[in-house]
Amino acid sequence: MQVTVTVNGTTGSHDVETRMLLVHYLREVRGLTGTNVGCDTTSCGACTVLLNGESVKSCTMLAAQADGEEITTIEGMAAPDGTLHPIQEAFREHHGLQCGFCTPGMVMAIASFLKEHPDPTEAEVREGLEGNLCRCTGYHNIVQAALAVARAGELVS
Amino acid sequence: MIPASFEYRRAGSVEEALGWLAEDPDSTKLLAGGHSLLPLMKLRLATPGVLVDVGRIPGLNYVRDDGDHVAIGALTRHRDLEVSDVARGHVPLLAHVAGQVGDPQVRHRGTIGGSLAHGDPASDLPAAVLALDGTMVVDGPRGRREVQAADFFRGFLETALAPDEMLTEVRVHKAPAGWGFQKFNRRAQDWAIVGVAAVVNGDARVALVNMGPTTLRARATEEALDAGANIADAAARAAEGLDPPSDLNGSAEYRRHLATVLVRRALEEATAARG
Ligand SMILES: Cc1cc2nc3c(=O)[nH]c(=O)nc-3n(C[C@H](O)[C@H](O)[C@H](O)COP(=O)(O)OP(=O)(O)OC[C@H]3O[C@@H](n4cnc5c(N)ncnc54)[C@H](O)[C@@H]3O)c2cc1C
Ligand code: FES
Ligand code: FES
Repeated sequence: MQVTVTVNGTTGSHDVETRMLLVHYLREVRGLTGTNVGCDTTSCGACTVLLNGESVKSCTMLAAQADGEEITTIEGMAAPDGTLHPIQEAFREHHGLQCGFCTPGMVMAIASFLKEHPDPTEAEVREGLEGNLCRCTGYHNIVQAALAVARAGELVS
Repeated sequence: MIPASFEYRRAGSVEEALGWLAEDPDSTKLLAGGHSLLPLMKLRLATPGVLVDVGRIPGLNYVRDDGDHVAIGALTRHRDLEVSDVARGHVPLLAHVAGQVGDPQVRHRGTIGGSLAHGDPASDLPAAVLALDGTMVVDGPRGRREVQAADFFRGFLETALAPDEMLTEVRVHKAPAGWGFQKFNRRAQDWAIVGVAAVVNGDARVALVNMGPTTLRARATEEALDAGANIADAAARAAEGLDPPSDLNGSAEYRRHLATVLVRRALEEATAARG
């Protein structure tokens, strides 16, 4: 079937199998390999992208369901000149990653979370990231990064 | 994991969805949020020939104050229910429970209609709707009918919905106070090992998550309360007559024990909230 999806502001139309998952569409058809597949069972959050601004797990959505919608992936976060998005900058500053595998999903989940909770407590950040697993960091610095962005009030477009 | 091939159709209205369902109800599945169906399809535990995507049918995502009850459109996402002012004000149990489902990403996609229609005994919203004595509004080729929650959940992944019907609305009586909800799990984001939704407004209704093949009422506890027992004595009977599953998260015996503890806590919460 034909799907037309706007990804990071660029609209593209492609003929895909109806059973193609959104994450495979992003990686294989659109060539955007920043979105990772971790568990493939809706648990780890590595595949998190924004659907019309809200976090979703792209391993549990069909490309067909994104037809006509707007998707933002990690590649859409930094400015065109390479300036990091405030969330990415906070991850760098607070050492919010080690291997980096969970990071794209974490950044997208935080972008959505901060839009819904502009002034969160630490406990709210931890609960808000319950859909994202990290095998390396112990979460502490990820939570600090999210709190730093919220405190700086540099919100998230 | 990739689902088996299927034909995909996106419905623009309930009538269109019902028309497509009627063509071949046994191999056609409605797709709402996809957060129960797609995982099953990826594991090839479900292999529908046709998927009718109802997710974008306009006008079915609402939480409406209808006087003595609140009406919720079947396509209302968990997140929208969680933050709805109408739900928070008139049926806070439902708003609270919607906020306990899975994780934020799951709540952005999953719908109340999908959750109820799927009929999973481990799901939270069916227990809340059962405790609130809700009514399901069902549309199909034979017209519209209403099914009480008490008659809706039939067995494991089995509800009163016929294969050619669609759930379009859920109605619950207003219950601004006198409710409690307990969900016990060991990892963030997990399903309940056992859960309890309780509503105490004159009479008491206590619904259980994961204590049998489907969402169930703790009848022995309810009868004890009606007969004047105190909370502790009534809660001690929570697992009477029930046959909960044993799995990696806990044995049947452990679940029976949990049910008594969680029912007591939910009833204490409900009566404390009532003041
Ligand atoms: C990682 C993860 C964690 C989760 N954790 C929890 C949890 O803690 N608690 C909990 O309660 N749930 C949990 N869920 C399930 C979640 O709530 C689902 O969203 C919900 O069970 C199904 O809703 P859906 O809209 O996604 O339905 P779908 O997956 O689209 O559909 C489910 C079934 O219902 C049918 N259906 C859907 N809508 C209708 C309708 N209107 N009329 C008739 N039939 C219909 C479909 O044909 C299908 O058979 C979790 C899911 C995931 C992936
Ligand atoms: S890959 Fe999608 S949640 Fe893990
Ligand atoms: S940094 Fe390695 S999984 Fe999170």
